[in-house]
Amino acid sequence: MEWMAWTWPTAIFFMVIASLLITFTILAIKFPETPRVGVLRIETTRGDRLFITLLGSAFINLAWLGLADMAQWWALVICAVYAVLVFRYV
Amino acid sequence: MTDASITAPKARALPKVKSSTIVMGLYLLFLMLPIYWLLNMSFKTNTEIVSTFTLWPTNPTLDNYRTILTDPAWYTGYINSLIYVVMNTVISLAVALPAAYAFSRYHFMGDKHLFFWLLTNRMAPPAVFALPFFQLYSSVGLFDTHIAVALAHCLFNVPLAVWILEGFMRGVPKEIDETAYIDGYSFGRFFAKIFMPLIASGIGVAAFFCFMFSWVELLLSRTLTTVDAKPIAAIMTRTQGAAGIDWGVLAAAGILTIVPGALVIYFVRNYIAKGFALGRV
Amino acid sequence: MEKTVNQKAWFLVLPVLVLVAFSAVIPLMTVVNYSVQDTFGNNQFFWAGLEWFKEMLRDDRMWDALGRQLMFSGIILLIQIPLGVFIALNMPKSGFWVSFCLVVMSLPLLIPWNVVGTIWQIFGRVDIGLLGHTLAAIGVDYNYTSDPFAAWVTIIVMDVWHWTSLVALLAYAGLKSIPDAYYQAAKIDQASRWAVFRYIELPKMMGVLMIAILLRFMDSFMIYTEPFVVTGGGPGSTTTMLSIDLVKMALGQFDLGPAAAFSIMYFLTILLISWVFYTVMTNLEKREG
Repeated sequence: MEWMAWTWPTAIFFMVIASLLITFTILAIKFPETPRVGVLRIETTRGDRLFITLLGSAFINLAWLGLADMAQWWALVICAVYAVLVFRYV
Repeated sequence: MTDASITAPKARALPKVKSSTIVMGLYLLFLMLPIYWLLNMSFKTNTEIVSTFTLWPTNPTLDNYRTILTDPAWYTGYINSLIYVVMNTVISLAVALPAAYAFSRYHFMGDKHLFFWLLTNRMAPPAVFALPFFQLYSSVGLFDTHIAVALAHCLFNVPLAVWILEGFMRGVPKEIDETAYIDGYSFGRFFAKIFMPLIASGIGVAAFFCFMFSWVELLLSRTLTTVDAKPIAAIMTRTQGAAGIDWGVLAAAGILTIVPGALVIYFVRNYIAKGFALGRV
Repeated sequence: MEKTVNQKAWFLVLPVLVLVAFSAVIPLMTVVNYSVQDTFGNNQFFWAGLEWFKEMLRDDRMWDALGRQLMFSGIILLIQIPLGVFIALNMPKSGFWVSFCLVVMSLPLLIPWNVVGTIWQIFGRVDIGLLGHTLAAIGVDYNYTSDPFAAWVTIIVMDVWHWTSLVALLAYAGLKSIPDAYYQAAKIDQASRWAVFRYIELPKMMGVLMIAILLRFMDSFMIYTEPFVVTGGGPGSTTTMLSIDLVKMALGQFDLGPAAAFSIMYFLTILLISWVFYTVMTNLEKREG
């Protein structure tokens, strides 16, 4: 495992992703997913929306890094807003 | 490209030949010329290649092929490539068969996401994985072994095999499964005795494509090997750049790598599109 | 086919999951770990935070490679898709010549990628190659090792040679699935050749063409071997595509941090494009029923 060069921040990052996946799996078992058509005019389930949120958040963070000079936390705030929008309207 | 606009009026001038024949003729000529040139050079001596420009070998020689087939530095490359390619094909098919069956027959939680995730692995650039693979296989002591390359190629070949096999399995009616289970077949026996023969052509096609994609890949196989498992592709690229390239031998080596594909191409001709399109045609 | 819900099917998928996790997830996690650290040789890592990402994003090197890459993929699609469809429309209808064309057209697809490079490297050389020699003989100044334009033309013609047949084979498969009745109806309506193509053949080919575009875009987006063998990314860095640049950085200079940051952004882009294509494809399939 040494060659993988683990650090606490990245470990926490992956734990967050993993726990999100587990949470959504449990949610899917407890409350079965029903696809719906949102603003993108494609059928999405809860899992799809999670994927769209995560992928979009990655790009938001990269854009913030490349363009803005303020702290990265602000990008996470934007991501949170984005996530709410995705889960509400997509 | 421009061929088309040139040939169209010509076809009208020669009413006996259909324009489609001319288009296909020109296209096939365009495909064959570079290969012919390689073949042509593989039969020439280096002096003839460098000193004179001839459209066909004036003194055909088999020396280039003799060099490759007798020099261990060359022919072990082919053996290494064959070993890891066969390993990879076997591993890919073994894990892909049950998975493809599951995808073609059942709905289960996360099936669509899993299927998509497999696709992303087929689409992922090997360049991204070259460095971590190098570190991974070095750390577990598998660097420069055939199994390391075989496992690395699973990255794109397992998804490929799953998609192709799923495409073939969808064509087998589900009633066959149900009748077999009613007749008291266990899953294992049904799969081996009834189902596999039904999709035999699909398995053949999937095997062919796993073989092909592992055979043509250079970046990962070159990164993960140095001496003991060095593939022919890496030997060919490392020969280049050195002063005084042995063009004749290089051409002969190239021709010999085309042979495995060319040998079986006739048998899979109707499935080429299906295989390349991940079973979606 | 109606599928039944069966959660036990997970056990059938498990081997694939384990294997692909081993060869995809672990390496990707490693790349993420490397991307936030700096290393001075011998596995000594130091925390660097998001510096590498910032550096890569604000450096022209990656953007230039991306620009070249998009231009390459764009040109490839613009040439190969129409040409492939055109070839498919001109395929013989039946008999021996169908098999003959299929076999000859498949041949370039099955040649190892580095050999494709070698073939065109030799073919384009002015001293020993048929193409280079002929061009020189008719007075065209062509040298792909020193002239960027010639290098670009060479790798594009090479890719057209290598992969157009794939588009043609897919389009041909789509054409074959059109029932004869459609053509007869068109004949009765005295539809023009163009109308037949526009309203019968093209809609029926849409599904396979989507796959063709996806495959050609993705494979040209990660192209490495062929241009590497022919031009080595040169002259200068004019044909350095994303993969070539990444390999140079990761395995040539062993700059783990920047290379890992580059890899992650590259992979995210691939993920986004794959998802868009996959969504469009599945929606097309659903609409067709």
